[in-house]
Amino acid sequence: MIALDDVLVTAYSPDPAGGPDRVVRLLGPVSLELVEHRVAIVGANGSGKSTLARLLNGLVLPSSGTVRVDGLDTARDGAAVRRRVGFMFTDPDAQLVMPTPVEDVALSLRRLSMTPTERDVAARAALARFGLADRAEVPVHALSGGQRQLLALASVLATEPAVLVADEPTTLLDLRWRGIVDALLADLPQQVVVVTHDLDAALQADRVLVVDDGSVVFDGPPPEAVAHYRALMQVGA
Amino acid sequence: MSGPIRPPWAGPLGLYHPGTSVIHRAPAGLKLALLAVFAIAVVAVRGPVSALAFLGVALLAQLVARVPWHRTTRGLVPALLTAALIGAYQWWARGWETAVEVAVDLVALVLLGAVVTATTRADTLLDVLARVARPLRHVGLSPETVALAVGLFLRTIPVLARMSLETRDAARARGLDREPRAIVVPAAVRMVAHARATGDALAARGLGED
Repeated sequence: MIALDDVLVTAYSPDPAGGPDRVVRLLGPVSLELVEHRVAIVGANGSGKSTLARLLNGLVLPSSGTVRVDGLDTARDGAAVRRRVGFMFTDPDAQLVMPTPVEDVALSLRRLSMTPTERDVAARAALARFGLADRAEVPVHALSGGQRQLLALASVLATEPAVLVADEPTTLLDLRWRGIVDALLADLPQQVVVVTHDLDAALQADRVLVVDDGSVVFDGPPPEAVAHYRALMQVGA
Repeated sequence: MSGPIRPPWAGPLGLYHPGTSVIHRAPAGLKLALLAVFAIAVVAVRGPVSALAFLGVALLAQLVARVPWHRTTRGLVPALLTAALIGAYQWWARGWETAVEVAVDLVALVLLGAVVTATTRADTLLDVLARVARPLRHVGLSPETVALAVGLFLRTIPVLARMSLETRDAARARGLDREPRAIVVPAAVRMVAHARATGDALAARGLGED
């Protein structure tokens, strides 16, 4: 279970008038518990939804309040939290750091106690699971955007985290790859928290959070949440 | 007409090329140790004849490894240009013998380095580097983190090269290709952003936290 207790995220921001840096609120205060299998987070650009997602595996730490994953505090037990919570970025290029797919997945597996041979076998199995077995040795830059996102997913899931947080995983993909990635995410046994602009995908979730101006302004069943978000965007237009 | 588009430059050290040659099967630690010995010998042994002999060794390694030539020669282009420039200067300053020695030594070293990386997986290299860095544990450094840093450095070379080319294209698209500031500043900003993104990616995977 993921629990946010009175979480506030603030940051220093340059003062346009040239004065000392100001402290601005990015998110919060937020208190909620996420137990559903599929949770979607929707919101406008800059609303704070990525900050909310990053809180869940400790990439962003709360300025005040606590975030706990299965009782582990992201501020105090960061490494243990990240072993439980995998994170998928919008741009796979930001996530893939090794020259070939098999090496990148093997990199994820380095923190597990495995021999190099076991790592290689496990990495290939993870690639095969996502239909990338024949691309294992191909340079990452030669993969299509969709294949790179699948590889990013394979790299994250190779260590079998209990939770997957995905920050707009389909934003850069075409319609075909979007469908493929959405279908894969929908079939995962893990709890999945996905930040998305795709309202059709959000409607498939068990629960939807609507984030606006650094606050969770709606939290509930998908149809109502999506309707609330649409109304919110029309008011702002 | 410029012909088919080539893939982006992958750096001087190239990518792993699967194979079954004796060099592929040799232990990664042995390959790195021999590369280190080769580098010391290249620097210590003087003269153009020995330099040509070292190049011969590197070429022989390339042949034995059966790595396609284009895999290593494309990566060698910048090294060849550098060698030509240094060679020209040495010829002018110290004569042709030094010029040949310095230029050929450089090409031989880069070529053998390319052969080693083309026949060794990055993951295996990280294992060796982590073993080599084990004594650093005594001064509070994590061997795995040190190995990761070196491995990432090798991976980052082609990424930085690609970013520079993309930034140049962006400047060109706005008619600013003769304005160095329009290329250098955004390229530097993007590289810093990339470093931060890579740090986030590693942190998200829980790497480098031991």
